[in-house]
Amino acid sequence: MSRNGLKRADFDAIAEWIRPGARVLDLGCGDGVLLKYLKGARGVSGYGVEIDDDDVLGCVTNGVNVIQSDLERGLTEFETGSFDHVILSQTLQAVKNSERVINDMLRVGREGIVTFPNFGYWKNRLQVLGGHMPVSDNLPYQWHDTPNVHLCTISDFENFCAGHGVKILERKVLTNAKAVSALPNLLGALAVYRFQRA
Amino acid sequence: MDTGIAPRSVGIVTPQTAKFTEPLRLSSGAVIDAYELVYETYGRLNADRSNAVLVCHALNASHHVAGHYAGDPASAGWWDNMIGPGKPLDTERFFVIGVNNLGGCHGSTGPQSTNPATGKPWGADFPVVTVEDWVATQARLADRLGIRQFAAVMGGSLGAMQALAWSYHFPDRVRHAIVIACAPNLSAQNIAFNEVARQAIITDPDFHEGHYYGYATRPTRGLRVARMIGHITYLSDDEMASKFGRQLKNGKLGYSFETEFEIESYLRHQGRKFSDYFDANTYLRITKALDYFDPASAHGGNLAAALAPARAHFLVVSFTTDWRFSSQRSREIVKALLDNRCEVSYAEINAPHGHDAFLLEDPRYHRLVAAYFDRVGREVE
Repeated sequence: MSRNGLKRADFDAIAEWIRPGARVLDLGCGDGVLLKYLKGARGVSGYGVEIDDDDVLGCVTNGVNVIQSDLERGLTEFETGSFDHVILSQTLQAVKNSERVINDMLRVGREGIVTFPNFGYWKNRLQVLGGHMPVSDNLPYQWHDTPNVHLCTISDFENFCAGHGVKILERKVLTNAKAVSALPNLLGALAVYRFQRA
Repeated sequence: MDTGIAPRSVGIVTPQTAKFTEPLRLSSGAVIDAYELVYETYGRLNADRSNAVLVCHALNASHHVAGHYAGDPASAGWWDNMIGPGKPLDTERFFVIGVNNLGGCHGSTGPQSTNPATGKPWGADFPVVTVEDWVATQARLADRLGIRQFAAVMGGSLGAMQALAWSYHFPDRVRHAIVIACAPNLSAQNIAFNEVARQAIITDPDFHEGHYYGYATRPTRGLRVARMIGHITYLSDDEMASKFGRQLKNGKLGYSFETEFEIESYLRHQGRKFSDYFDANTYLRITKALDYFDPASAHGGNLAAALAPARAHFLVVSFTTDWRFSSQRSREIVKALLDNRCEVSYAEINAPHGHDAFLLEDPRYHRLVAAYFDRVGREVE
């Protein structure tokens, strides 16, 4: 699932929020490259959760702890409050029950971090205006083979948080790995949020 | 010359015997004054003795894990597809040890051995042994071989229970525990299967209350039935359906009680084969060891508390169609390890073969174990 956005411009943005030595859970961790990066850059410990066989193998190859599990079934293996950060990197848009997953994140972790491709990015809007579903670095799939079922915009996500007891602590909006400050919902390709229970 | 052996085999192997004369107090309270363990080794122990891997066997297997015996190319070890040069557990990198557990019937001291107190075979008087007893004897063998810490202890099914037990009994002697198709204890259903198997043996008129050696006979009928029951539980329903379905041996119903369905033929064949080489007293004891294994029981049912001493890194693997030791049971182990903040990876292999899958060569499964051992190897090289 998390092979969305192969360039992973969000890694540095996430790493800046992670305290050194923190305990981290990475949901939809793919082949574990983010956790491997965070182990090296921040000395974190923790686990990835991944459902795909090849990605689980990738994690083991990368020396990253991985629990093969469907995160939509609930994070029943993980105790309440057992992580400093729970990350959902480029996976939110592929999750069926977004509300439940975000609740679970805030149950097992002190803070949640999500990153997702901003569907409101002008290039996406342009492709839709042109009569097509957007295809880009951050949305590399065709409409018929995409794992993405819940694409959203920056405004959509912030409305969701406001309505679901989720307090946004910080936001970063990126385009081509550079920070975007003006008109983020239009000019930002990738959204990165840090949040906790309101 | 075509030896009929896969090129990646460890080749010809020879079992060795270690004699122990320091008395061993068993979980039951019984004491064994002296005993022997038969074992095999493959590969080379490195200079700092850090590359040893102990492979623990399950119900019916033995120390003969890989390779074959001289002059008998058909005698491949029970996990030969997993262990050898270039295989997932690579004997070019690791020094691998297989040991026949105490109470076994493949050369280690067991019910068939002579009881020094009577000069006759132990038979029914051989004590009931537990997973913990096996781990204690394996540790003594490790001492004998000069291995302070294993790079890994590995096993499937009952063998996995031993790997798990190693991790909390000897936390500083295991770097990695590879726990495949395991359960933290047996369910009532599992114990029930074992009890039917035991009753088949015990009620065989040739059992003679376990002292059949003196009657020049063996309870082979009971053993056959015991093995047939076991085999039913090792295969998934789907696997049995695809392998045998309702196929008839002779294409038509015979209106008799001869072997008619292919599945009957298969089970009888497995039962016969097993009863030819396996000892009934050993079978009884091993099923008891399975039934008794329950690390959480000493901690009020709290598995996390039982595993709290563990320092090893874990790879836990289950198979989706294994109903004898289901994935859910492996997840209980994983949960307890997560609660202890252990280093653990868990993979659920989507394989059709049921419990037996741990012995088969599924590419996803073998690639995973190979990748894990590659990491282990880099730590100790």
